[in-house]
Amino acid sequence: MTDIPAPTPKIKPKTRSRRELFFDSDLWWSFKSSKSAMGAAIVLGLVILAAFLAPVLSPQNPYDLAALELWNAELPPVWMEGGQMPYILGTDVQGRDILSGILYGTRISIFIGIASVLVSLVVGVLAGLTAGFYGGWVDNVLMRVGDVLLSIPIILVAILVSSVAQAMLPPELREAGIAVVLVLAIALYSWVQYARVVRAQTMVERRKEYVQASRLVGTPARRLMLKHILPNTLTPVFVAATLNFGLAILIEATLSFLGVGMPPNQPSLGTLIRVGNQYLFSGSWWIVLFPSIQLCILVVAVNMLGDWLRDALNPKLR
Amino acid sequence: MTPADPILSIDHVSKEFDVSAPWLNRVLERKPKLYVKAVNDVSLTIPRGSCFSIVGESGCGKSTVARLVTGLYSTSAGEIRFGPGTGGRPVRVQMIFQDPQSSLNPRWRVGDIIAEPIREMKLRASEEETRERVDDLLRIVGLASDDVAKFPHEFSGGQRQRISIARALASEPELLVCDEPTSALDVSVQAQILNLMRRLQKELGLTYLFISHDLSVVRHMSDRIAVMYLGRIVEMAPAEDLFTAPQHPYSRLLLGTIPDIHAPNRNRELQGGEPPSPLNPPTGCTFHPRCALADERCRREEPQLRDRGDATVSCHAVAEGRARTPEEKET
Repeated sequence: MTDIPAPTPKIKPKTRSRRELFFDSDLWWSFKSSKSAMGAAIVLGLVILAAFLAPVLSPQNPYDLAALELWNAELPPVWMEGGQMPYILGTDVQGRDILSGILYGTRISIFIGIASVLVSLVVGVLAGLTAGFYGGWVDNVLMRVGDVLLSIPIILVAILVSSVAQAMLPPELREAGIAVVLVLAIALYSWVQYARVVRAQTMVERRKEYVQASRLVGTPARRLMLKHILPNTLTPVFVAATLNFGLAILIEATLSFLGVGMPPNQPSLGTLIRVGNQYLFSGSWWIVLFPSIQLCILVVAVNMLGDWLRDALNPKLR
Repeated sequence: MTPADPILSIDHVSKEFDVSAPWLNRVLERKPKLYVKAVNDVSLTIPRGSCFSIVGESGCGKSTVARLVTGLYSTSAGEIRFGPGTGGRPVRVQMIFQDPQSSLNPRWRVGDIIAEPIREMKLRASEEETRERVDDLLRIVGLASDDVAKFPHEFSGGQRQRISIARALASEPELLVCDEPTSALDVSVQAQILNLMRRLQKELGLTYLFISHDLSVVRHMSDRIAVMYLGRIVEMAPAEDLFTAPQHPYSRLLLGTIPDIHAPNRNRELQGGEPPSPLNPPTGCTFHPRCALADERCRREEPQLRDRGDATVSCHAVAEGRARTPEEKET
């Protein structure tokens, strides 16, 4: 059977790498031609960069109690009467620099957002794949558990989880453990969305002929799921993950605002807003306004990126 | 009639699908369980090296037979037996699918798609040998060796079907089940694919189980043809016999639908009607509501497959001699 003449001379295959393919893709083109996506990405990039360069950029280390001077308390922003450098955005009642607090707080918010998206992504994708692939009672059990979780308001669940966990954690772990508890509380709720998206897509894909062809050569179920079906379900998952990243930051901020989130000595944006809220009516509006603006910018940028991604990956809108 | 060296024999095989409403609905609305008999008591034998075709309208169960043979579905009743494979190993069965859009994973490169059976079944010792084999396979089906790095969307429908064939050949099968391999393709491309398949059959000694609703394609390919109607085989005959002298009224109806370029306005026997629902098949002969020859016995009694010369037909009218071929009528 090798006596058939080759139709083409042997040329060295010109393999295009994944990177080349990406920069030649519709997605990249759509990104370049969407002003709002570019703008959102630049803003988000700057915010993240500033947050992670916080120790370099910020004039003061807000965790360092020795750096706080009480006579610097409640200074207004520099452009107002009484404001002084280096406290560009003013200080709070303990003399902490607002800008430094925001930079460090953004870092914590972003960390909790990313961590909870990752945890819920892994759990949700695996649950959705399993439910969609096997169907039957496996599907029923997994999805009904998800339905029950979604029927309880997330804030209640998160308050319950984090307050119970805080009570149960030994005191020396409480400070470090609280971030982990928050991540798990948020993930407990949001994995269901990924599971639903992936399950629906899996049920479509597993009936397709390429999966059957692979079954015919004896590919085990685990490999069918991970190597064949999973890559074809990921597009909507990316969209959900981006939008959920913004949502996770908001939920964390809400919990911190309500007092069950990050403690004041490790403030996230939500904690800063809660603390500042108490001084709003005494005239120190800058303590609450600037962290709120930062939270807004962060979440709006993430959501704009998510919206663009959803449109760009939707074949019906092309 | 059993051929001397069957590669596959299907013995009174049936397949039922459970199409009942979900459990809760059944309990609340007091609905019974519902089954569709997609394949009903089908028996056939395929001699080694031949091409056996199954034709019929959509929904008659021909694709279900294909999936039963490949093992994608399990049988509800009956038995599927394979002859001895070459070298004492079991017969390897592979399948070529209908839709070249969905039969190749869009996220995989062609080289990986074709190499998958080789890797899964560990047919080659090293990655180097696997790559050589993929290269050979691509040339066998008429593609270039630098196509390995491309993705399926970079190919046309016909080329994708060639990739599908290469993948099926990768596991060195002896029996290839082709489920409407050309019905998603343009006519000009159909001919190329069919010629490729015939050439491969000759060169590799393949046996085909060919499923199609396209009668001209079937005539080009087959040695023997089975006509299916509503899950049953109604007639089985050598290809040329079926086309020159169809016996079962349904076979005649099917052949009457083929457009003829030489006699575009020929006098056809018009028969209307649609296939009845397989959920609630008619009593007796399932074809009787559409059959011009049906009488009281057809409505009451299920006909059995009977040998008539080289052919096997299941029809009371044919058995009683009530059915005459169109040529006989003209004289």
